[in-house]
Amino acid sequence: MNINFAQEVPLSWYLILSAVLFSLGVVGFLIKRNLITVFMSIELMLNGVNLSFVTFAQQWHAVKGQIFVFFVMMVAAAEAAVGLAIIIAVFRVRATLDVDRIDRMKL
Amino acid sequence: MNVVPLWIIPIFPFAGFLINGILGGRLPKWLVTTVALLAPLAACLAVISNTFGFFGVVPVPSFAPRVETCPLPWINVPALHVDFSFVLDQLSLVMLLVVTGVGFLIHVYSVGYMSDDEGYARYFSYLNLFLFFMTVLVLAGNALVMFVGWEGVGLASYLLIGFYFQKKSAADAGKKAFIVNRIGDFGFLIAMFLLVANFGTLTFTEIAAKLGPIGIAPGWTGGVVTVIGLCLLLGAAGKSAQLPLYIWLPDAMEGPTPVSALIHAATMVTAGVYMVARTHVIFDHSPFALGVVATVGAATALFAATIALVQNDIKRVLAYSTISQLGYMFLGCGVAAYSAAIFHLMTHAFFKALLFLAAGSVIHGLGGEQDLRKMGGLWRKLPVTFAVTTVGVLAIAGIYPFAGFFSKDAILYAVFEHGINGKILYSVGLLTALLTAFYMARLWYMAFMGKSRSEEVHAHESPVSMLGPLVILALLSICGGWIGIERFGAFLAPSVGARVAETGGWRFLIPGTQYALSLETVLSIIAVLVALEGWKIADKFYRSKPSRPAQWAAAMPSGYKLLANKYFVDEFYGATVVKPLLGFSNYILGWVAEVGIVGGAAWLIGGVATFAGAILQRWQSGNLRSYAAWLAAGAAAVLLFLLVPWPTVLASLPAIHLGLAGH
Amino acid sequence: MHLILFFVFAGFCLAGAVNLLVQSHPINSALSLIVVMTSLAVLYLMLGAEFLAIAQVIVYAGAIMVLFTFVVMLLNAGREARTRGSKAALAVGFPAVVAILAVIATVILQAQGLGAARLSDGLTDVKGQTNLDQLGAVLFTKLLLPFEVTSVLFLIAILGAVALASHEGSKAERTGEE
Repeated sequence: MNINFAQEVPLSWYLILSAVLFSLGVVGFLIKRNLITVFMSIELMLNGVNLSFVTFAQQWHAVKGQIFVFFVMMVAAAEAAVGLAIIIAVFRVRATLDVDRIDRMKL
Repeated sequence: MNVVPLWIIPIFPFAGFLINGILGGRLPKWLVTTVALLAPLAACLAVISNTFGFFGVVPVPSFAPRVETCPLPWINVPALHVDFSFVLDQLSLVMLLVVTGVGFLIHVYSVGYMSDDEGYARYFSYLNLFLFFMTVLVLAGNALVMFVGWEGVGLASYLLIGFYFQKKSAADAGKKAFIVNRIGDFGFLIAMFLLVANFGTLTFTEIAAKLGPIGIAPGWTGGVVTVIGLCLLLGAAGKSAQLPLYIWLPDAMEGPTPVSALIHAATMVTAGVYMVARTHVIFDHSPFALGVVATVGAATALFAATIALVQNDIKRVLAYSTISQLGYMFLGCGVAAYSAAIFHLMTHAFFKALLFLAAGSVIHGLGGEQDLRKMGGLWRKLPVTFAVTTVGVLAIAGIYPFAGFFSKDAILYAVFEHGINGKILYSVGLLTALLTAFYMARLWYMAFMGKSRSEEVHAHESPVSMLGPLVILALLSICGGWIGIERFGAFLAPSVGARVAETGGWRFLIPGTQYALSLETVLSIIAVLVALEGWKIADKFYRSKPSRPAQWAAAMPSGYKLLANKYFVDEFYGATVVKPLLGFSNYILGWVAEVGIVGGAAWLIGGVATFAGAILQRWQSGNLRSYAAWLAAGAAAVLLFLLVPWPTVLASLPAIHLGLAGH
Repeated sequence: MHLILFFVFAGFCLAGAVNLLVQSHPINSALSLIVVMTSLAVLYLMLGAEFLAIAQVIVYAGAIMVLFTFVVMLLNAGREARTRGSKAALAVGFPAVVAILAVIATVILQAQGLGAARLSDGLTDVKGQTNLDQLGAVLFTKLLLPFEVTSVLFLIAILGAVALASHEGSKAERTGEE
């Protein structure tokens, strides 16, 4: 297909960017030891997915994609609130934010 | 008269077995007795009616054998066709008369002998079972039906020998009998396989037709026929207690005495002889096999007679005597004098059953004492038993005119005429006759004559139910041989073949007269003299100087010990066969099966579970990062599974492989 | 123009994401994430989602990341140590990530029918209707129920956060736990 690179950007590039962001989020989840940083990686993942949704909304000129992003943002906000509250509660008990130390159900 | 169908003959004992076996415990004793006696009586009457029918169907002297085949097929494949068929010809008729007649008498005797036993119904059901299988064996028209009867009598024998199964020696004796019989059955089976392979049939008449008379079809002489004959001999040796498979018979005396009389004297052990006579066409075509049969028979006869010289148990003496007499029958078969052997079978059934039943009467009267050294002086206390035992002893010794004389003589005459080997075998037979007379007279003296050595003071005569059969058997022992071998042989000739006299017949001139005696008469006289001599020696040992046996035993201690311990044959077998077999079985069962297979399987299952558990345990570490990693892996797997177009990928794999290889 | 903008802000995204992984102090990671968020907002703008761009800045970068920063400050999280805690994470996780990325990238690159975006592209071709109009039209008519449910969700989240974080020093200083 003909892409006029002067004025257009192929949507697949956006999608690739979104996939890369997602993967970086997963990598962050795997290698980070601080609980808060792990949580931030989760947010990165969510954002990557949001980008993909917006791209597809543009592809098919459907507002549904953006609606989805809207709701994802809402839920991410709520999740962030509750998740950080949990982190604070865990920190109170364990006095550590090290993911490898928080490995027992028994407190 | 209407002829009774042949299958009636076995069906009555079988019905008796079922009724007494299943319901016997709950039926009153008189009912059990009635059922038990009705069975052999009905069988006997059926046989007798068949006898008349036999004679009435076609006039004397040619009788056509009656064949009855069950309409249901048994084996019906292209390679082999076997039916359930019964055949009644002269041979089976004679055998059936002996089996059912003597069987019925022993059933009557058992009523009195076993009246106190709590296994009464069980005993009679087993006895009827035996009779059923024996009649099946005798009536068999082909080797497979005969094998059914063969195995069945082995089973019944096991059940009856081990009748007092609480006693370990009785249970062991039952097992021994069955196992040794099995070894013989192996020979029978191999012979059957060879028959099927070479003749394609197991029916006796068809085999006889294929083999043809001697001289015609020379291709069927020797070779495979010899092998078949030797295998059949192995089977017969197991069943009829010949060397080397005789060891079960003395131990079988653990069973009740009527059992010994019926099975181990009159009927089951003669099944081997019957089988040889039935398959005589095979033996006729193989002189080598015949020679082996004769040698085995003669050797067994002498061997057993020597052991019987020093036995102290009255039943053991009779057991070894049975083995010895069976050796005579095999000797007769071995010189192709089948009718003489069957004649001896018949008379032996009479006097051996008589002797066993009389011994049972003695044991019963003495309250269970079986040791000859503790008997004596019973001629006054048990007069009827004494009289019939005397008749039996005279018969077995071969004194004229009792039954044993005629039959034993017929065999010895046939053996003598059988060429050079025959003369040697004849001398063995004659020596055995001497020993037979000796040890039977010894038994007679030790049990009945002299002073009483037993502690039992209330020895009493047996009831009428026991004495009646004794008297009948005594009468048969007296006149059973009077039919004479010529008429008997002529009667049996269509079924077992006639014996061709080999020599022209010597004649002996009595000096001083013109009379000439035939060889047969001379041999008979010699036999009687030998028997009387044996009796005289026994008299010297056991009556005139009772200390002489002990002196002789002391003079030849090792010889005495050898004989008293039955040549240590049982110990020899135990060491060479039984012990290695038991050791090997224990090894296999105890180590290979128990430890190896079962233990190994248990260890394996446990090990797998533990191992899997150990692995899975490490997986659940609680570590967030590893959980995340596995989550990612799972997600990757799902994505791969869903998004990769596997068919095209898999199809293009060879292309990739080839492409890489090209580089 | 579009291309240059795309490269610049995509570059910022990637740089921020990589920096998030590389930094050892969580506050640095939080700030990198803010960079990512705002770059993404510009990208949304280029894709014709104006409202979402603003929402991204206000909600994500402005509220959520501030929350993260507050928590980092409150808990006084320090630099994290660089020791290995789980071998499985590296041995199993990295190949999984690579596989995910490879599959998705392959699917995307081989997909037919993906178009291109222009700066001038709105979401739809309806004249006179802005992106916000379109969103509002759907959100307050067809998806009114989920919208209201979302508000309930927020209520629950607030309650939950307050309940979880409100215990004051009950099982805090545990000795022996490092």
